[in-house]
Amino acid sequence: MHTRQLLDREDIRRAVTRIAHQIVERNAGVTGLVLVGIRRRGLPLAHRIAAALLDIERHSVPVGVLDITLYRDDLGLRGPAPIVHATSIPVDITDRTVILVDDVLYTGRTTRAALDALSDIGRPARVQLAVLIDRGHRELPIHADYIGRVIPTARDERIETLLVEIDHAEDRVVLVRSEA
Amino acid sequence: MSATPHRLVLTGGMLFDVARDSRHEGHLLIEGGRIAAWLDDAGLARLDAVPRVDVAGCLMAPGLIDLHTHLGEPGDDDAETIVSVTRAAAAGGFTTICAMPDTQPVTDTPAAIEYVRRIAARDGAVRIEPLGALTMGGAGTHLSELAALAEAGCVAFSDGDRPLGDPAMLRNALRYASMLDRPVCLTALEPRLMRGWAMHEGAVAHRLGLPGAPDCAEEIAVARDLALAAHTGARVQLGIITTARGVALLRAARERGVPFSAATTPHHALLDDRWVLGWLGTRPTEGLDPTRLPPYDAATRITPPLRTPDDAAAVVAALADGTIDLLVSDHTPRTSAAVEREYRLVPPGITSLETSLATALALVHAGRISLATLLRCFIDAPARLLGRPVPRLQPGEPADLVAIDLAHDWQVDPQRFHSRGRTSPLASQSLRGQIALTMCAGRIVHDDGRRPVVG
Amino acid sequence: MGEPAIVPGGRRHVLDLDDFAAEEISAVLETARSMQEVLGRRIKQVPALRGRTVVNMFFEDSTRTRISFEVAARALSAAIVNFSARGSSVEKGESLLDTVRTIEALGADVIVIRHAEAGVPQLVAHAFGGSVINAGDGRHAHPSQALLDLYTIHARFGSIAGLRVVIVGDVVHSRVVRSGLWGLTTMGARVTLVAPTTLLGPAAYWHATWPEVTVTTDLDRAIDGADVVMALRLQQERQDAGLLPSLGEYRRRYAITAERLARAAPHAIVMHPGPMNAGVEITPEVATAPQSVIEAQVGNGVAVRMALLYHLAGES
Repeated sequence: MHTRQLLDREDIRRAVTRIAHQIVERNAGVTGLVLVGIRRRGLPLAHRIAAALLDIERHSVPVGVLDITLYRDDLGLRGPAPIVHATSIPVDITDRTVILVDDVLYTGRTTRAALDALSDIGRPARVQLAVLIDRGHRELPIHADYIGRVIPTARDERIETLLVEIDHAEDRVVLVRSEA
Repeated sequence: MSATPHRLVLTGGMLFDVARDSRHEGHLLIEGGRIAAWLDDAGLARLDAVPRVDVAGCLMAPGLIDLHTHLGEPGDDDAETIVSVTRAAAAGGFTTICAMPDTQPVTDTPAAIEYVRRIAARDGAVRIEPLGALTMGGAGTHLSELAALAEAGCVAFSDGDRPLGDPAMLRNALRYASMLDRPVCLTALEPRLMRGWAMHEGAVAHRLGLPGAPDCAEEIAVARDLALAAHTGARVQLGIITTARGVALLRAARERGVPFSAATTPHHALLDDRWVLGWLGTRPTEGLDPTRLPPYDAATRITPPLRTPDDAAAVVAALADGTIDLLVSDHTPRTSAAVEREYRLVPPGITSLETSLATALALVHAGRISLATLLRCFIDAPARLLGRPVPRLQPGEPADLVAIDLAHDWQVDPQRFHSRGRTSPLASQSLRGQIALTMCAGRIVHDDGRRPVVG
Repeated sequence: MGEPAIVPGGRRHVLDLDDFAAEEISAVLETARSMQEVLGRRIKQVPALRGRTVVNMFFEDSTRTRISFEVAARALSAAIVNFSARGSSVEKGESLLDTVRTIEALGADVIVIRHAEAGVPQLVAHAFGGSVINAGDGRHAHPSQALLDLYTIHARFGSIAGLRVVIVGDVVHSRVVRSGLWGLTTMGARVTLVAPTTLLGPAAYWHATWPEVTVTTDLDRAIDGADVVMALRLQQERQDAGLLPSLGEYRRRYAITAERLARAAPHAIVMHPGPMNAGVEITPEVATAPQSVIEAQVGNGVAVRMALLYHLAGES
């Protein structure tokens, strides 16, 4: 097994700040925005973006969490069904701008599932996507609006994001390649 | 199987003398369907032109007699035919099976008895002796014409597995039968305590949510049947005894000197209600393993039901001390369609002619009963109950005999049964002791595939 | 020979709770909470089981449980087929297992079965290539009811361990009690069963399987300080079978009344698996009192059954 560090704590902090600035610019402020983190690592990132937005705009943006397990298209293909965790969005998303937040954008299937889930919960005015890493290999016509870092990868490689809120380890992003 | 020669020597068998509990090796000359002589080696050498079958090391005994076989044919030849049941009997070491009256038609008329005797004589590999129905249709309300049934050749009276609930009716039946020199085989269960039962009432039934048949249903019936036997002077066989409480009453009656015969089955002595639990139970460290069965397996639905381990132990003790003097197979063939259903509604009964002896031998191998006791329960006591001389392997006797390979381990595979019935709780279990050869009236009716006739 | 209910890679059948460890029960309850959230949405349907077929085989009437499974299956986007034993080929003499084989050939993934005879779900699981959920078999088991009861208790108290649960009524004939005992004892509750002796059964029978359970005929003493009081339906047949002198005598000794409930803990909840005989095992006043969660139980049933259907879909 071969691993290489791609981003350290400082890189991640800067990426989050940059994304926050781009969100303000693109949406001319933060009014009517909702940040929705895709479980699991999208949630702490959404909270961090919200904190950055508060710094920039002195205005707090609601943060929700979305569990997309029930919208996956691979149930039964990967062994036991995973536990379904709560979806909780504190405001009505109808007619708001929802910014989905995830750590890695890869095939696009997770985003597709999240879009399906959102449409069952309400009817947002628009949906934007923010990701820390875009590693390519899309299988669906999906793109991110805000990207922390684009990292070209091979399919047999794996991206691991570690966030202190979940992993109880220092923030970092590593590339893992199995030797086989 | 090819025709058995008119003269034949079975070589190397061990003769077991039940009376003296001793064994000695010898060669058995069979001639014209009868035992002609016991030979020593010198005697055998003089008969070197006579065909031989090697049964070296096997225990030689008279053919076993089963007092409790359910036939199938006539009536349900999908479940069993005369051919299949007698081949199964031969494979299990039985040379005589007594047919329960619950065929279709029920053997409650001389014509029905004669019909069973006729097809048995035509198709049977071993002897079939029909029992006559004690009451019309076995329904327990009107006596059959018992004298006529006796004249037609029935060996005993019974209503099959159906207990006679009404003690007044039973008293009349026993009094009437007492003049006909035929024993009456009774099912010692009180039916009003058995309504809707699925299995033995106890902790296992409670866990599985199955309605139970309590042990007192047997206790009450045993007490009643013993009282009526003493009162009427009839010759009775109480069966199938399965509980510690039933055994206690029988033992007390023996001590008082009340004459009776009592039967149980090898499976009631060895298995218990945990078999219904199947793999929901815990696997035992030794012996047979009930956790190989799924829970609620149809092959555990038996009447009377499999009781608790304590009851089974009491039954073994009763066999050991002679309180229970008879072992019966209670062979009850069923089609798979008949048993593939809701557990409580499965018609009770298992295919057991081919496993009964080996099941009982497990008790011998474990040192819980003696080999002599086992043979007495399968041979001497049934003969006595039928009012016949106890069979012995003596010159002049009919050559109804069995050679048992006591040390042979085999795995029960119901798909290989000769019986058409395939329901056996013992499927895939290992048993020790197999029939090497069965001879009925001098004819080899079964062998284990390793007994060629030489010469 | 078939295989046990747990197979490597996931669970295949839900026949009872006897093979559920505490972790698995917790996982189902957690998933059920998420399903509850789905049921509160604008669109009460998720695509998780799209393309799968669930067959309800109810050989015994139970509108409530059948509809609960039906709503649950639809909320997960599964196709649901209701097989009615009445007027079907089963009534015309086709065997139960022939019917199961036919249903399998028609492409069913899950059979939800209710039957008056104990052990039928095991028999069906043996013959069926898909998953089987036991929706109640005779006196034996009713795992989805037990799970929804656990869910309801957990929702109120935040945990189950250490709670004192009193179950009153026809316990000896109750599948809810048997499955409930597996679930409650696995989760650490202390359970007391209360009934007249004819509906209680020997204590030794209970203790052989559930050594920790308490059994008593004295409701007034048992209810003292209880956290959960569950009343069971008393069927008229029990009186007809001679197990009870009269419903009146039963009511006087075993009905959950306001006076009796006052002896339970102040925060105690009252449960009933339904259908209720208000005025027999429970007074109408108690059934609708603030302590009663009987209505919540019904609603929770859908979420819990969604969780079970989803839980089994992992094994394809």
